[in-house]
Parts: sequence; C-alpha cells; structure tokens
Amino acid sequence: MQKKLFLGLIKSRRGIIGVSILGFLLVLTAIAVLVIPFDSYRLWNDPDYWINNPKTASPFWTSYFGSKEFEHVSLDQNYAKTTSEVSEGIRVSNFIFDVNIQADNFPDDFMFLHSVKYGEVPPVLQIDITRPDNNTFTVYYSSLPTTNNLNNTFTDRIFSTNNNIKESLSQYQSSFSFPISGFDPPILLFSDTNKPQVLHGTYHISQKFFLFDNSSRIENVGVILGGKVFGIMGTDDLRRDLFIGIIWGIPIALFIGLTVSIFSISIGLIYGVVSGYRGKKTDEGMMRINDIFYAFPTLILLILLSITFGRSIFLIILILMTFGWMGTAKVIRSIALQMRNYQYVEAAKLMGQSDMKVIFKHIIPQLLPLTFASVAISVPGAILAEAALSFIGLGDPTLPTWGQMLHDANTADAASRGIWWWIIPPGLMIALTGLAFFLIGNSLDAIANPLRKQNKKI
Amino acid sequence: MGLGITLLFRSINMFLVLFSTILITVILLGPTLDKLLVDAVRNQVIDEVNQGTLKFQTPEERSSYVNNQIQFRSKTLGLDQDSFNPSKLVHRVVSVMTLDLGKSHFFTSDYGSSNVRDIIIEKVPKTLLLFTTATILVTIIGIFLGAYVAGKEGSWWDKFNSIIAIFSNSFPSWWVAMIMILVFAFTFHIFPARATPLSSPSDPNYIFDLLYHMTLPLITLVIVSFGSWAYIVRYFLINILNEDFIYAKRTMGISKRKILYSHALRNAGPPVATAIGLGLASSFGGSIITEAVFDWPGMGKLFYDAIGLLDIPIIIGLTYVGTLIFLVTIFITDIAYSLLDPRVKGS
Repeated sequence: MQKKLFLGLIKSRRGIIGVSILGFLLVLTAIAVLVIPFDSYRLWNDPDYWINNPKTASPFWTSYFGSKEFEHVSLDQNYAKTTSEVSEGIRVSNFIFDVNIQADNFPDDFMFLHSVKYGEVPPVLQIDITRPDNNTFTVYYSSLPTTNNLNNTFTDRIFSTNNNIKESLSQYQSSFSFPISGFDPPILLFSDTNKPQVLHGTYHISQKFFLFDNSSRIENVGVILGGKVFGIMGTDDLRRDLFIGIIWGIPIALFIGLTVSIFSISIGLIYGVVSGYRGKKTDEGMMRINDIFYAFPTLILLILLSITFGRSIFLIILILMTFGWMGTAKVIRSIALQMRNYQYVEAAKLMGQSDMKVIFKHIIPQLLPLTFASVAISVPGAILAEAALSFIGLGDPTLPTWGQMLHDANTADAASRGIWWWIIPPGLMIALTGLAFFLIGNSLDAIANPLRKQNKKI
Repeated sequence: MGLGITLLFRSINMFLVLFSTILITVILLGPTLDKLLVDAVRNQVIDEVNQGTLKFQTPEERSSYVNNQIQFRSKTLGLDQDSFNPSKLVHRVVSVMTLDLGKSHFFTSDYGSSNVRDIIIEKVPKTLLLFTTATILVTIIGIFLGAYVAGKEGSWWDKFNSIIAIFSNSFPSWWVAMIMILVFAFTFHIFPARATPLSSPSDPNYIFDLLYHMTLPLITLVIVSFGSWAYIVRYFLINILNEDFIYAKRTMGISKRKILYSHALRNAGPPVATAIGLGLASSFGGSIITEAVFDWPGMGKLFYDAIGLLDIPIIIGLTYVGTLIFLVTIFITDIAYSLLDPRVKGS
C-alpha cells in the first residue's frame, strides 16, 4: 500500500508539482546551512550584527527598471591602497579607497570605520575625499579619545550624521554655486558643484592616521556608503538582509508545520479509531468531548496561552497540537465505524484478541496511507497558524520566521510606506510552502481516502 | 433524536464551552490580573499620600501607612486570596458571564467611559457590520459562481476556479490585506490606508465616512474567500448532480439549467448553510488580525491593542463576547441545518 501511495504521488501532476516545490525548498535550506553564517540566524534580532548593511534598501535588481539606484558599497582594509611614511617622528598611515559612482541618486548615509590600537598619545584621524572634479574636501579631522587602558583596541564608526563632518563641509561653500546649507553631507560630498545632482566618476576616499608612538597599530579601516539597493531581497528598517531571513524561515516553517501536523494527526487518528471501534457509550462520550473542543475559539485560546506562558516556539507547537486533532478524529471515527464490521476485524475479535491489539494491529495499519495524506494536508494550516500568532506579536521573537518578519513590517507601517520587498516575499513563501504540502496531500488523499472513492462518477 | 432533544444537547454543549472558555481564561490570566490590580492599588495609595493632606513625622511612618492601606484595600478587593482559590474563580467567572467586566487600564469608549462593557459594546456593531456584509457578498458570489462552474465540470472555468480556491487557501488573508493596502492606498491612493474614520462618531456624516473606510477591508475579505466558497458550493452540487433523482429528472426532459439552479441548488442548501455559518463564526476569530492590519475600529483591533498593552480586563471581556458570538452563530447554523434538511427531522 505504501509503495502504491508513493507511485501514485509521482504519477499525478499535482503530486509532482508539490514534490518539486518541497525539493526546491529543501535544497535552499541545505544551501543556507552550508553557505550562510549561522550567526545570521542566531543574531537575527541583534542590530549590531547588521549595522554594515544599508537601511530599508530595495532589492538590487530594481535598478534595472527605472533610474539607476545607488548600490551599497562596503569596503574593508583589503580594498584600500595603503601608504605609510615617517616624517619628524610622526608615522602617517594612509588608506585610500577608490569608489566609482555611476548611480543617478545619492547614498542614504555613509560610515567610516576604524579600529586602532594605541598607547597614551591618541592618534589623529583625517579623512579627505578627492572627487572626480579634482576638488578635495577634508571631511573629518579629530584626534581619537585618550585612553587609560594601554594596549587597548579602540573601535569606532563615524556616521554621516556626525557634527564634525557637517561643520567641515560648511567651509566649502565657495566651491559650490548654490547654497549648501540645506543639504546633508551624503548629498554634498557626491554632488556636482553647479546643481545638486550626482557627480559621476571615481572618488578617492583617504583615511589618514597620524601616529605618535611606535606601539600604535591600525587594525582595521573601512568605508561604507549606504545604498538604496542591496542584495536579492533588500533590507528592512533594522538593516537586516531580508533574503537571509527568508531562507532561514524555510527550515523553521517546515519544522513547525511537520511537527504540529504529525502529532495532532496522530492524536486524532488514535482518538477517532478508539471512539469508532468501541462505539456505543464510549463513542457518544468521546464525540461529546470532541464537539466541545471543536467549538472552542482556537485563535483566542492560542492568544491567551501565549500571553500566559511566554513566547517560545516549542510552546506554540504544543498549543497548536492541542487544538489540531478534532477534524481528523471525526473523519477517522466515521471510517472506523465501518471498519469494525469488516470480516477480518470481526475474526480477530472472535479469536479473542484484545481491543488494543485489534486497533493497533488491524485497524491503524489500514489507515496509515490516509494518515500520511492528512499530515500533508494539515501542514499549511499549522504554518499559517504560527504565522498568524507571530503576526499578532505573540510568536517566538528570537527566530526569523516569516510571520515575525511580516509582524515587523506591519509594525513599521511598511504597506503604507510602499516597502513592498518587506511584505511580498514572506507571504509568498508561506503560500509556496503551504501549496507544496497541499498538493502532495491532495494527491495522496485521492489514492488513500475511502470516503472519496464513493464520490466518483458513475 | 428529535429536533427538540438535539437543540437541548446543543444548548448544553454551548453553555459548557462558554463556561470552560471563561474558566480557562480566568485561570490563565488570573495571576497577571491580580498582580496588575495590586500595582494599581499601590499607585493609587501613593498618589493619595503624595497629594493628600496627611503629614508624617518619619519616612518609616509614611511607608507603614502606605503598606497598611495597600493591604487593607487589597483585602476588600479580595486580592489577598490565592489566584486559584475556587470561590474566587467561580466569582470571577460569574461576574464575567453577567457582563460585569471591570475597568480598562488603557482604553476609553468614544464617550470617555473606561468601563470595559461600554468599550466593547461600542465595537461589536462595527465588527458585525464588516464581517456580516463580507459573508453575505461572498455567499452570493460563491453560490452563483459555484453553480456556474458545477454546470461546466471539467471546463477551463472550472479548473481556473479550483486554482483560485487552492491559492486563496494557501495565502494568509492578512498578508493579502497588506498587499491591498500597498496597491490601493500607497500606489494608487484610492482608499485610505487606515480604516478608522477621521470624523468623530457624533458627526452626522460619520456613517458615510465609516462606509468609505470599510470599502478596502470589505473588498479584501471578499477577494480572499470567494474562490474557496465557489469551490465548496461546486463540490456539494456535483455530488448532488450524480444522484439518481437528478438522472430521473433529466430523463423526464427537464432542462439542465433548471435542474442545476432549482433542484440541485435547493438540495445543496443545508450543507451550504452550515458552511456559511461556520465560515462566519471563524471569520470573527480571524477578525483580530484583519482588523489590526486595516485599523478597522472593531473588536478585533481592540483585542490586538489590548494584547500589546496587556490590558487584562479588556482581554477577558473580549474573550467572553467573542466566544459568545462564535457559539451563537454555530447554534443558529445548527438550527438552520435542522430546519432545511428534512432527514434530520425524520430520523
């Protein structure tokens, strides 16, 4: 029977589509585990981990339609041309980054990163930008803070919102033929001097450190120009790479969906068989309890339980299991009612086998194919329920689930701000995963469900 | 079982579910509620001491007065008892079931009352308005579309309808809602993104404003469910079309059209009515998310906000009213089924 079930699955068109979607999702999961750093999963909610990404950037391919958006630039020390010279006892280390800008609009923001190890006399940092029109602007000139802790590494990032940068740039009014007071540094730095429009060409960004003692060492430097486009799926307000979130969402959704459906269908199977096989008073009583469970407003109870017992994923799974078995129990019961009159079941009973033995040895094995179908069919419901809980804000906040992403999007008003790349992919993934299991379950059900055969055309 | 006994059983069942839901709610939220109430008492006492005319010699005297007051008032409110004390639980359940729902910590009604009952009563009609209208529209579309595709079983229209049904079952409806806001409020500026009317409820034009703001949620609710509705109707109809009496009618020379729309559709009545009732009942549960996304000022939105602020009296009150509406809908559906289906009366 199991073999027939499998063959039937890959023979029907629905089954093939379902299995291929599921296979595709599994391949993506495998790639995620092998390629994407695990920290991106563990530190999904840690803003520090994502700080080098641009904020709310759209996917890179949006540049191909419409105007050419500013692509995110993130360069570390390896991209820099390094020169070092000593004059009058002062060591000067210069790191020059070349950035070619061809976009139609300005970067959102920029950051200069540095990480320096120094002693009592703090080094001085000077940042110059030489532009394609050969103007050189000194953007920043300041000493690093003094430290009492010798041999300590000082790491900092200078943001475009830094006051020092704003003041430095205000001296260059004479270079511009329009009043610059209303423009922010990310615009001024990369603007044509005649009108506020992007000046295309190569920019040389130099970070010059003046070191006053021999023990000082530059550990790292870097430049980040915050783009308007980034990655395959863009980023959200917390600068998180949404593509990574989408990918990590797959194993979580599969885990939730399968665990919940396997356990709740098993409960429903045993409950239904016992009820239908025993019949009479037992059946009456068990179905009354089933009716009561059936009538409970599930979502409200889920909410109450989550409020009381916290928001762990295992708890959510447990709760979803508790309220997911009633439908299966009803269907299985009606089949078991018929099955107990089958001759081989009656024969087993007459031979004096215990009820438990008859149920587990003769009835349940016959129902397994149908059970597989029901498991597959009820996976989408479990995934949707978890997503709904997360969306209300009662999901597990530590995990990058699709529902959690949509919750964040809704809290940030993504829909009315037009941040479509934050909304569309998670919903599509929920639907795609649900669709895969629905198609698989549907084609299994067509083979396995005895109730469905009666509906065939005469 | 006769109709009367069935109804009696249903009523008992309904009451049991209602009672146990409230009991579970009170057990689950009791400790949190007690803690919040004690906090409220403490704040009240400290406020009174800070603003009152009482003078204290030493800080110790002041704190002992405060502690005494807190203990005294907690006792009169029954807060010194354990949260799971049976008599306290029963007392709470009874007061909830008689709509004695207490005061909200964060919310007020349109007319400034912080009484939970007043706040909820104001929201109920709005939720009923939106979801009942949506269900009626969906039912009408579903029945006609379902009958149409059932008459053309296996055609492209039929397949297309099945595909729509499968898709609308896979997508979360609240996600579709977000997409609708994105398209109709952000991109095309046709409807407002927030469905709470801007004019005040006392304004004579308030009702029109409300209806205008209702359009987008309504369209969304219809879009997400008409496909699966038509599919359900089609399923029942095709089952009936395969029955012997239909074949008999065909041989009598009655037109296919007439059989489909009059004889088959009438026989599909009872299961369709059940499906409508169950759909309506579960849509009230789903209203929490739909209303939160659209900012529709009904019970669901209030529930969503109350969860965020942990306003326990509101949560308990809405659980009760929501469950009551849910159960009454199912109950009415059962009666409708019994009245429509001749077999239930007979056996």
